[in-house]
Amino acid sequence: MLMMTRTLFPILTVIAAIMLIWYAASVGMNKKWTYDQAGRAGVEVSFTEMVADTWAQERPVLPAPHQVVAELYRSTVQKNITSKRSLVFHGWITLSATLLGFVFGTGMGILLAVGIVHNRAMDMGVMPWAIASQTIPILAIAPMIVVVMSTVGATDLLGKETATALFGYQPAFMKGILPKAVIAAYLSFFPVVVGMVKGLRSPDHMQLDLLKTYNASKSRTFWSLRMPSSTPYLFTSLKIGMAAALVGAIVSELSAVPLRGLGARMLTGSYYGQTIQIWAALFAAATMAATLVAGIGWIERRSLAKMGMTK
Amino acid sequence: MMWIIGVFIFWLLAYFLNVWLANSAWHKTRIVKLAVPAIFGITILVVWEGLVRGLAVPAVILPPPSMIGARIMQSLPILWGDLVQTFVKGALSGYIIGCGAAVLTAILIDRSPFLQRGLLPVGNFIAALPIIGTAPILVMWFGFDWHSKAAVVVVMVFFPMLVNTVQGLAATDSMQRDLMRTYAGGYWNTLFKLRLPAAMPAIFNGLKIATTLALIGAIVAEFFGSPTRGMGFRISVEVGRLGLDMVWAEITVAALAGSLFYGAIAMIEKGVTFWHPSQRG
Repeated sequence: MLMMTRTLFPILTVIAAIMLIWYAASVGMNKKWTYDQAGRAGVEVSFTEMVADTWAQERPVLPAPHQVVAELYRSTVQKNITSKRSLVFHGWITLSATLLGFVFGTGMGILLAVGIVHNRAMDMGVMPWAIASQTIPILAIAPMIVVVMSTVGATDLLGKETATALFGYQPAFMKGILPKAVIAAYLSFFPVVVGMVKGLRSPDHMQLDLLKTYNASKSRTFWSLRMPSSTPYLFTSLKIGMAAALVGAIVSELSAVPLRGLGARMLTGSYYGQTIQIWAALFAAATMAATLVAGIGWIERRSLAKMGMTK
Repeated sequence: MMWIIGVFIFWLLAYFLNVWLANSAWHKTRIVKLAVPAIFGITILVVWEGLVRGLAVPAVILPPPSMIGARIMQSLPILWGDLVQTFVKGALSGYIIGCGAAVLTAILIDRSPFLQRGLLPVGNFIAALPIIGTAPILVMWFGFDWHSKAAVVVVMVFFPMLVNTVQGLAATDSMQRDLMRTYAGGYWNTLFKLRLPAAMPAIFNGLKIATTLALIGAIVAEFFGSPTRGMGFRISVEVGRLGLDMVWAEITVAALAGSLFYGAIAMIEKGVTFWHPSQRG
């Protein structure tokens, strides 16, 4: 109960304030259109009519929250999930690319971190570049990767023939997934390298010396000491990597062919002035990011508790 | 074939040179610490050049570094114009507005524990979201020119900066604050003489994170519409024309700008937080 009043109430207040500001802003930003329409039709609108209209326009400058929620409901629950108008369909396209890239990026990142910790030449040669790469807007290469991989023809997870032979059809998410996954992997790679190197180095001299007195081999030290003590760092970097992978997948969808996924929904929305569609895609992406990060956080709490490492 | 064999030999030599340097007695000297990553970087460039030539990879797939270098030299005015449009006008102005607003907001909400408990979780939550998705909306609101890019940057840097500053303002302990009180230092004196200086390491941490976010925001926002200049604009146009050497040239410039921006903030940090253990080496 104390917890509730201490944190939940303030959070709800802040959210309520945001909602209020949002509704007020959508009146302010949309009223020009309402007055223009009324002026053209030659009718007077009262204040209440004006407010009601600003919250119900088809292409508002700023859609009201309930319009976004209604659009989310329309495009998830009321649409068949295989339909091209379903946000579930587009969300799954983005999610699959994100997850594929995330698994590869973090896997490679952990492997490189293990190499860096055990090989001084790699440490001195690669580590400065891994750190410097975090100051670089890597995302800028996304359009190029997409185009180059389409030129080479490496866009689908399994070729159309292989997929058909295996499943009887080519699952929709496999089409055009590879460039997006490569960018997602690339973005999640470097944070994981940097975080894991820190984690694998976190055992102090006392602990390392203890294992030396046990005559533990290098691999034994790794599995029994370095790996367990790097777990908190692993989860922190996994969270960063997951968020980065999702951003990578979304941005690469801006230039990917076929135009599908949450990023593509935002792009087509901005072409056709479908603001409500952009906001719905944005909220879907935000929900996805929050769920993925919270999922990792849940696994983190469970495993750290099991390992006796809770803070 | 000659290229591939040559590249392989070069790679072997560089590899053994690096292993030898890293395990030699001088591996703690400054020169070796700079030389090893430099050799690694040069090796990658040489291997890239050699493989592209040896395997005759078409330039529309991967141009060799020499071609990219030549393109940079030829297109300096264009690259400079794009840099000014995207970095100076878009990223830098958004960075200053966003970080400034975040620090001021942090100081304001710092007076109210209620707002802190409410805004911090919300801010943390928003900082983890793909905020870059607001780019199409902001481009619609503020037009194609740099104002919309600056707006995207403001939104992107605001929340990480806010969270870091609030954490920094909480960095003083009660002993230090009590000391200020015994000096009869009021709120403002305590803020400027104790709490803001003590918050600087956290603030600079946020400022450094924000440098990368600012460049990413400004470049990606241009994918949603821009005037006929800017790094993001050039990248998407040249990708469409398969002018990959120009794309790589823009990426090189972006990487340099990003590193220099980060480096500049890190230099300022060194001067401001000279007292912090992490800076005393």
